[in-house]
Amino acid sequence: MDRRDSMKSLLVGSLAGGLVLKGCAPATTESDQQAPPIAEKYYGRTTDEIVRDNKLLEEHFFTIHELETIATLCDLILPATNSAGSAVEAGVPEFIEFMAKDMPDHQLPLRGGIMWLDSQSNKKFKRLFKLCSPEQHKELLDEIAYPKIDAKTPQPGVQFFTLIRDLTLTGYYTSKMGIEDLAFKGNQPNVWDGVPENVLKDHNVSYDPDWLAKCLDTSKRNDTAKWDDDGNLIT
Amino acid sequence: MVKEVTTNSEGLATGISYINKVDRKEYALKAKTVVLAASACSSARILLNSKSSQHPNGLGNGSDMIGRYLHDSTGSSRTFFIPDLMNRKTYNEDGVGGMHIYSPWWLDNKKLDFPRGYHIEVWGGLNMPSYGFGFGASDLNKYIGGTVGGYGDKLREDVKKFYGSVMGVSGRGECIARKDNYCEIDPTTVDEWGIPVLRFNYTWSDHERKQARHMHNTFEEIMYNVGGVALGEKPGAEKDYGLLNPGRIIHEVGTTRMGNDPRTSVVNQYQQMHEVKNVFVVDGGPFVSQADKNPTWTILALSWRTSEHIINQVKQQNI
Ligand SMILES: Cc1cc2nc3c(=O)[nH]c(=O)nc-3n(C[C@H](O)[C@H](O)[C@H](O)COP(=O)(O)OP(=O)(O)OC[C@H]3O[C@@H](n4cnc5c(N)ncnc54)[C@H](O)[C@@H]3O)c2cc1C
Repeated sequence: MDRRDSMKSLLVGSLAGGLVLKGCAPATTESDQQAPPIAEKYYGRTTDEIVRDNKLLEEHFFTIHELETIATLCDLILPATNSAGSAVEAGVPEFIEFMAKDMPDHQLPLRGGIMWLDSQSNKKFKRLFKLCSPEQHKELLDEIAYPKIDAKTPQPGVQFFTLIRDLTLTGYYTSKMGIEDLAFKGNQPNVWDGVPENVLKDHNVSYDPDWLAKCLDTSKRNDTAKWDDDGNLIT
Repeated sequence: MVKEVTTNSEGLATGISYINKVDRKEYALKAKTVVLAASACSSARILLNSKSSQHPNGLGNGSDMIGRYLHDSTGSSRTFFIPDLMNRKTYNEDGVGGMHIYSPWWLDNKKLDFPRGYHIEVWGGLNMPSYGFGFGASDLNKYIGGTVGGYGDKLREDVKKFYGSVMGVSGRGECIARKDNYCEIDPTTVDEWGIPVLRFNYTWSDHERKQARHMHNTFEEIMYNVGGVALGEKPGAEKDYGLLNPGRIIHEVGTTRMGNDPRTSVVNQYQQMHEVKNVFVVDGGPFVSQADKNPTWTILALSWRTSEHIINQVKQQNI
């Protein structure tokens, strides 16, 4: 990935967490609607980015029916577990709404895909996808959730499901809930003790004690650097 | 936004003219010495746009060298899946984003079929998820006999199973600077400030193509030895061995090259223009070559040296 793209995706990724849809999502409450503007909610935006984010947040792309269908799909893709919430609980439908506006290339495949899915479920079960039973959902999804090169596989469905699965995963795992589910630890300042002993063991490797002694001095890691008047480092 | 360097009847710089971006008006600044640091291409642009009767080909461009010998690092990459790194325990790390492996000219570079050399950068690990995380999350199952696709708990497990198991390797090398790789003023296009912009003429030669081929063979050799599975196709000759377009590694240098001979270079050893002694260029423009490494520290070192030289020259009243 190009470094510029990765910068951009870092921004977009960190934005994924708790976006609030104004007005049109079924689950939107009054207090959600008065959510603070993005400038106060997120760190590190330039003025131009804030203006753009706020503009996108004010626009609506999906209809309520589409958002409900997306929510149904999100929770089929990542239902809650004993220890983690579901994709809807993590705010993924709002994330997908935002991404469709941020990257308009997503709009047509998502909108067309939802219609395709509804027409499949109408044909099979005489009802909209979002109203189907769990067994009916399973039957419909099993046809499109496993990319097979097989004459009977409905390719438009596979394409659509791949897209919505990708967006659901990315929305979920860039949210606080998803990061916790992944057990991402991050880089904790001033607590680097090397790769933990048990991890090294798992891979049959170990640190060379001589090098470890040279590279890691835990006794000084909380010292603040000091310089003398001539600019020489004295700590 | 600097438009041009202004000159007097002797062809020496008298200052600059610039556009104030707030009121969109043009202003002039007077100066005894002008130091350009607009980055390699932009300084070349300013100089080429500074035409006068003494400098009809652009300021200090009697040699016709300004804009020439433009070069960027080479870049080509591949990714590998490392099955040994499946089901990782997470701990205090957030991945590696391009660590340089020390690889000086591949030992004896006489054995290579291309000049100079390159280094390898590795990336991967337990990175913080950002947009794109989880795309194709279950695809790697095809390498271990698992089921590709799905949803629900199975998918959640796939995400964790493969988290941190993909590594990337990128080659970054020296491109041989050539006279016929250059930027010049585009005669038909201006920017929003009315200032003519640059256009670029740049091709890779066999030096870079052979280097990139060597990179890919080396990537595979290293990564197969750590048990990796290569992802995607190995780019062949038809794709210039995966060389990214010139400019993509963002290390553009060379446009105001340094040298002793005013016929083949733009600035002297102190980054002072041969033809205009009170103009200096302190960005990547004076690089004659940039080795395989990122340029910023060398830009800093050279501009430091130039600053000391300017102070000395001012003290001696030479400029
Ligand atoms: C995304 C990215 C990552 C990079 N990573 C690395 C790295 O890891 N290590 C490394 O060594 N190098 C890296 N580089 C390259 C490095 O950033 C550049 O080589 C270096 O910044 C160039 O320094 P400079 O002072 O010549 O120009 P710049 O830092 O580009 O500064 C030029 C300045 O001049 C201004 N300017 C330009 N034209 C005009 C004008 N007409 N009037 C007024 N002002 C003007 C610009 O706005 C800018 O502020 C990276 C580059 C990029 C883009």
